[in-house]
Amino acid sequence: MNNEKSKIFKVDRRTFLKTTSITTTGLLLGMQFSCSSTTKKLSGDPTANFSPSVYLNINGTGEVTIIAHRSEMGTGIRTSLPLVLGDELEVDWKQVKVVQAVGDAKYGDQNTDGSYSVRMFYPIMRKAGATARMMLEQAAANEWKVDVSQVKAKDHGVVNENGDVLGFGYLADKAAQLEVPDESSLKLKSPDDFKFIGKKTSIVDLEDIVTGKAIFGLDTKVEGAKVAIIRRPPVPGGKLKSYNADAALQVPGVLKVFTIDSPDFPLQLHRPLGGVVVVADNTWSAIKGRDALKVEWDKGVNGKYDSVNYVESMMKRAKADGTVKREQGSAGSELAKASQKVEADYRVHHLSHTPMETPCAIANFKDEKVEIWAPTQEPQWARAAVRGTLGLKEENVTVNVTLLGGGFGRKSKPDFVVEAAMVSKESGFPIKLLWTREDDVQHDFYHANCAQHISAGIDDSGKVNAWLHRTVFPSIGSTSTSDANQPSGAELSQGVLDFPYDVPNVSCQTNEAHAQVRVGWLRSVANINHAFAVGCTLDEIAEKRGVDPAQNLIDMLGADRNIDLDSMSTEFWNYEESLEEYPWSTARFKNVIEQVKSMSGWGKAMPAGSGMGIAAHRSFLTYVACVVEVEVKDGRVKIPKAYYAVDCGVAVNPERIKAQFEGGAVFGTSIALKSKITVRQGAVEQSNFHDYQVARMNESPMETEVFIVQSNEKPTGVGEPPVPPFAPALCNAVYKATGKRIRELPISL
Amino acid sequence: MGTFKMNLNGDQVEVEALDDTPLLWVLRDHLGMTGTKYGCGKALCGACTVHLDGTPVRSCSIQISSVEGKNVTTIEGISKTELHPVQKAWIAEDVPQCGYCQSGQIMSAVALLSNTPNPTDEDIETAMSGNICRCGTYVRIRRAIKRAAKGGAS
Ligand code: FES
Ligand code: FES
Repeated sequence: MNNEKSKIFKVDRRTFLKTTSITTTGLLLGMQFSCSSTTKKLSGDPTANFSPSVYLNINGTGEVTIIAHRSEMGTGIRTSLPLVLGDELEVDWKQVKVVQAVGDAKYGDQNTDGSYSVRMFYPIMRKAGATARMMLEQAAANEWKVDVSQVKAKDHGVVNENGDVLGFGYLADKAAQLEVPDESSLKLKSPDDFKFIGKKTSIVDLEDIVTGKAIFGLDTKVEGAKVAIIRRPPVPGGKLKSYNADAALQVPGVLKVFTIDSPDFPLQLHRPLGGVVVVADNTWSAIKGRDALKVEWDKGVNGKYDSVNYVESMMKRAKADGTVKREQGSAGSELAKASQKVEADYRVHHLSHTPMETPCAIANFKDEKVEIWAPTQEPQWARAAVRGTLGLKEENVTVNVTLLGGGFGRKSKPDFVVEAAMVSKESGFPIKLLWTREDDVQHDFYHANCAQHISAGIDDSGKVNAWLHRTVFPSIGSTSTSDANQPSGAELSQGVLDFPYDVPNVSCQTNEAHAQVRVGWLRSVANINHAFAVGCTLDEIAEKRGVDPAQNLIDMLGADRNIDLDSMSTEFWNYEESLEEYPWSTARFKNVIEQVKSMSGWGKAMPAGSGMGIAAHRSFLTYVACVVEVEVKDGRVKIPKAYYAVDCGVAVNPERIKAQFEGGAVFGTSIALKSKITVRQGAVEQSNFHDYQVARMNESPMETEVFIVQSNEKPTGVGEPPVPPFAPALCNAVYKATGKRIRELPISL
Repeated sequence: MGTFKMNLNGDQVEVEALDDTPLLWVLRDHLGMTGTKYGCGKALCGACTVHLDGTPVRSCSIQISSVEGKNVTTIEGISKTELHPVQKAWIAEDVPQCGYCQSGQIMSAVALLSNTPNPTDEDIETAMSGNICRCGTYVRIRRAIKRAAKGGAS
C-alpha cells in the first residue's frame, strides 16, 4: 500500500516539476531537490470535518464525501456531478463516497428533469471543488510556510516542489479554519488538466446493481411496514359512488380498507386520484384484497372521452386557421402560388412512461412527523406536497431519495409519494405503497396526443419559400389549471417556434385542445410529436426538390448563423436560457448532420426492402442528428443499426452520454413502432406490457453508434435529446424501404 | 395458508404463506430478498427472473406451493464468493442505466450461457426478449453476453 502510494506521488512530482519548470522558472530558484527526504502526512484528527459547501465533506481520515443532490434514474447523474466536483478538487476517486441528499432547498434545485442537471450544476460543482481545493492548498502552504503558489493539489493531497505530501485528511481541520475564498478569486482548472471530465468513469452503483444490492423504491427495510395498494377511479376526475369491502377483508393478511377522497378539477400534478385503499401484511394479500373489492364509480365529466376520436377533432382544428404564434412574411399567400407543395397531416397518440419500476414509496408517519423513502425525481416538491397535504411542519417531513428504476418524467410528479404518506397516517402503519403495472398504465400522466398539419411551398427555382405548421394538442398546463386551453409557448418551442430552416415565409399556429386525462411530460415532451412531423415533411421536401435528404437539410439551413428566434416569436422559449448564453447555432446543427452522414456511410447502396433515413433536431440546447437503417419484411421492421452525432458542449462522462443515446434509440423505437395508449369511455384501454408494448431486444437496434463532437462549449443535457430525431429518421428509412410515407405513430404497415 | 420448504441459494428455508402467493412476493416480503424485482406481475417483463432447479422462470407467476422442495437461485445467490462471470462482463460493458431490470437480465443471461455456452445473436434474442429494459441497454446486454461467453471480463 505504502509502496504503491509513493510510486504514485513520485510520478506526480516529476510531471509537476516538468510543467512548472517551463512556465515558472523563477519559482524554482532556491528549491531543494531532495528525493530521499520527502515527507508524507496523509491523515489527521479522525474527528475533523472540512465542509466548505453543502455538497462536500472531507474528514480527518481523508474520506471525501460528495453529495449527489440530483436523482439517479439511469442517466448516471449520481456519478457525473460528483465527478465534476472531484475533478476540480483533485480527488482520488476511489476514496470518494457519494451520498444521496434528502429533499432540502439548501442543495438548490433538485428537480431532476428537463435534461438540465449538468447544464445547471456543472459550473456550481466546479466552483465547489475549486473552493475546497484552494483552501486545502492554502492550509498546506501555511503548514510549510511557503507561498500558496508553490504548492498544488494532486491525487487527494497537496504536494510542494520538494515532493512532500499533505493528504486531504491531514489538512481537513486546518482548511476548515480558513476563510472561504471569494467566488471571484476562484481559479478553475484548465480543461487540459481534467482528470475525469471527458473520460470514462463507471457509475458508482454498478456493482450494487449487478449483485442485486442496489436500493430502489421499495427495497428499504422499515420495521413493521405493511403494504398498500389502491383502487383508483378508472376515469380521471371520477369519484367513488359506493364500495363493499367485505370480501376484501376476508382475504388472509388484509388489515384495513378505507378511502381517500378524489379531488375536484383541476386534478393537479401532485394530488392523488383518490380511491379505495387496501392495507395488508404483504403484497399478495393486498393485491388479492383489492381484487375482491366491489366498487362503483361516478365517471364524472371525462366519462365520454374517446382519445382516437379526439385526435380527429384536433385534426379538424389543425387544418383550419389557428392562433398565430410565429409569423415571417406571408406563408399563406406564398403557398397559394407555390409551384410545388408538400402537404401532410400527422397524428400521435397518448403514451405512458412505464418506467420498469412502477411508482412506489415507503412512508412512516408517527407523531406528526413523516419519513419517506421514494424514487422521486423531485424530492423538494414531494416534501412540499406531503407537508401541504398532511398539514405538517417542513422540518417534520424527510424525503430520502432511493435509486429510481427509471423515471422519464413520471416520477417528478409527487402524487404517489403523497399517497404513501396519507395512507401511513390514516392506517397507523409504516406503509410500502405499490402501484401495480396496471395502475401505472391506467393512471399515468400521459404524453399529449397531437394532430399536426404542415404545408410547405417550393418556388420555381426549387427553393423552399413557405412553411406553415399547425399543431394542436392538450397542454400540460391543463392538468393544473382549467384555463390552459392551448399549448404554451414552451411547449410550442419544442419543434415548432424554433423551426431553424432559412425559409422566408413562415407561419406557426396552434388551436384549442382540452386534456381529458392527466397530461404530463414524457422524455423529450412535445419534441416527440413535432420532430416526427417536421422530420418526415423535410424528407418529402427533399424528394420533391430532387435532392438527397441530408443535403436538403443542409441546403435549407442556409448560411451559418445564430438564429434570433426571440425576434421571430414573442413566445419563443430557449429551455429557460437566453439566446446570448445558448445561441441557436445553425453551424453546430449542420456539423452534426455532416458527422452523422459520414459515420453512417450515408448514401451507400442498400438491398431491396432496406433503407436509411435521417433526421436532426435540437432539443434541450443539444444538437443531434440521427440515421436509422431498417429492413422491412412481412410488415415487420428490423433495425440493424442506428447512428447518432451529438453536440452537447463539454462531454462530462462520454460513456454515459453514449448510453443515453443507445437507450434513447430504444425509447424512440417504442414510440415509432410499439406504444399507444387509447382512451374509451374515459378509461385507458391498455393495462400491462401485453397491450401497452415497449421495444424488446429483438425489436430494437442491433447496434447503435454514437459520435460525440469534441467541444469546449457549455455542457448541455443528454437525457432527452436522443429521442426526438429517432422516430422521423426511422420513418424516413421505412419510406426508402417500402415507398410508404408514415404520418401516424406508432407505425402500422 | 401453508408452510413451504425450498432450497434458496443453497440454504434450506421455510416460509408460511398463502398457497397461491407468487414466489416473487415470498422472496421480497417474507424473506426480505429485494434483489428480485417486480415489473408487471404477469410474466411479461422478466424483472422477476430467478432459477428454479436451474431453469429461468418468472417468479411473479410461480406459486409458492409449486416451489415446495425445489432449488431456487436468485441474483443474490449467483456470486457467493466472487462475482459470476456474467456479472463481471456486465461491469466491463457498463451495462446498467437505472439498473432496475438488470437482476432479471443477468439471471436470464446466466441461464442462457449455461445451456448455450456460445450463443448466436439469434440465441441471445430468443433468450433475452422476455426481459424488458425500458432504459434500453440491449446493445450492451448483447455485448456483455458475448464477452462472458468468450470468458473475458475485462
Ligand atoms: S414481474 Fe414477473 S415477468 Fe414482470
Ligand atoms: S437499466 Fe433501467 S430498465 Fe433496464
